Amino acid sequence: MPDLFEWLCRMGDNTLVLGHRVSEWCGHAPVLEEDIALANTALDLIGQTQMWLGLAAEVQGEGRSADDLAFRRDAWDFRNCLLVELPNRDFGHTLMRQFLFDSWHKLMLTGLCESQDDRIAAIAMKSLKEVSYHQERSADTVIGLGDGTAESHDRMQAALDRLWPYMGELFQPDAVDDRMTRQGIAPDLAALRSGFDAIIADTIQEATLVLTDSRFAHRGGRDGSRHTEHLGHMLAVMQVLPRSYPDARW
Amino acid sequence: MYAQMIQSEATTEDAEQLAAFQARIDAGERIEPKDWMPEGYRKTLIRQIGQHAHSEIVGQLPEGNWITRAPTLERKAILLAKVQDEAGHGLYLYCAAETLGISRDDLTEQLLSGRMKYSSIFNYPTLTWADVGAVGWLVDGAAIMNQVPLQRTSYGPYSRAMIRICKEESFHQRQGFDIMMKMAQGTEAQKRMAQDALNRFWYPSLMMFGPSDAESIHSTQNMAWRIKINSNDELRQKFVDQTVPQAEFLGLTIPDPNLRLNPETGHYDFSEPDWGEFFDVLRGNGPCNADRMEARQTAWSEGQWVRDGLMAHAAKKRARRVAAE
Repeated sequence: MPDLFEWLCRMGDNTLVLGHRVSEWCGHAPVLEEDIALANTALDLIGQTQMWLGLAAEVQGEGRSADDLAFRRDAWDFRNCLLVELPNRDFGHTLMRQFLFDSWHKLMLTGLCESQDDRIAAIAMKSLKEVSYHQERSADTVIGLGDGTAESHDRMQAALDRLWPYMGELFQPDAVDDRMTRQGIAPDLAALRSGFDAIIADTIQEATLVLTDSRFAHRGGRDGSRHTEHLGHMLAVMQVLPRSYPDARW
Repeated sequence: MYAQMIQSEATTEDAEQLAAFQARIDAGERIEPKDWMPEGYRKTLIRQIGQHAHSEIVGQLPEGNWITRAPTLERKAILLAKVQDEAGHGLYLYCAAETLGISRDDLTEQLLSGRMKYSSIFNYPTLTWADVGAVGWLVDGAAIMNQVPLQRTSYGPYSRAMIRICKEESFHQRQGFDIMMKMAQGTEAQKRMAQDALNRFWYPSLMMFGPSDAESIHSTQNMAWRIKINSNDELRQKFVDQTVPQAEFLGLTIPDPNLRLNPETGHYDFSEPDWGEFFDVLRGNGPCNADRMEARQTAWSEGQWVRDGLMAHAAKKRARRVAAE
């Protein structure tokens, strides 16, 4: 896979898969305001997916569309990080996953606003406005629930412990990332880590939660080498219509 | 309709006060939350607005059922936006009801315990992608028939909520029709889905207007109060007259052998829906009543720790602020 295409799929698959997960909450949230906020977040992420995968399809130059990439690839061709494909579990896991991803995403997009590729910088600038708001909201909710009741605190701590090992993958560049960085297209992932750690430390402390010292990182999503078992089930649902009726237009 | 069979509540106030209130309504004035109003007017409105709000909330479920399976990114985004609008409508309507002296939590509790209803249309399943189109085209289409006149209802907060809601609903209806158009012009399988969706949603859509209320005393009182503007039969006829040419345009067949344009009246004659089925659904025996209630009850009970946690945090923050002052 050419670098730029591969890298654009990483961006677009993150937003596609997380947008899908968040949309699963629709109509089932703990309070009406959360139904609205979650739908809004999912909507932003799907909109960003259209831009990233649209550009990916364009640079690939094989006449495919963003929809073809979203609905006609199998799990091994998906390039999202493992974190976003994990199931929603309870609202605490969903919001902790959102907070962790948003915090990375905001830093990444901030870096991408300076990309040498104008198309990428333009998508980043548009997305950053939305993602800054997502991050503010998810951080506030993590704080509210962490520093809420004993039950909400314990649930948020459990979510943090469960999800933290999936965070490291987003800061471990591979050869594709290195080449993108050398070309001035994308920021150095490893260099985002200190800013990320500072944001996380502040929020987690205010939420009265405890961060483990372990830096163990599950990986295999961003290069497609080993996704979790969950992604296949998600794609089976997401892709059912275009796959079942390949000739149909919707 | 999103609020069905709303019975008016008895009112026992002083005749002079009632006459003055009625005179305001007859003069086309808006009644505002702090104005005097008969107890029956207040209670009837709570029931009507509450039922409408609950319908928006439960109404997220049949369409939400297809968000994860929407066939293109654009369709997924449109459907998400639509369901988000519906939750937003629920929010305005709960706020409008709150101006009448009932809390959203009370209303929610009444929904979950089955004491308040939501529109029975949402007790029908969405089985194919064409159903998402049919819900937009027919269900939102029927809702608009009722809601457009309600923009002129006598109660200010309700009327203003309706104005906002109607703008979004007509957009939803167009989106629904657009899905139907793609399906009706699509492959054989898509055409079959579109016809099947129309077959299943036609009569339940007609039922949305409620049984004939020409003779109903409740209807007469609600109309005098301008909580209800048109009779159920009038709105149903309008809906049929509007929808039949749209179905013809789509090349779909309305599942009614008696449907025909009556040259004398200029309106379509049509078969009545099965009112026995309507009352069954109302009593809880529709295809999805149990599923819908279970989904809402689960969302509420599993969300309890979240609401408690956020409330506890807000209380802690307030206490810290007070301590710091």
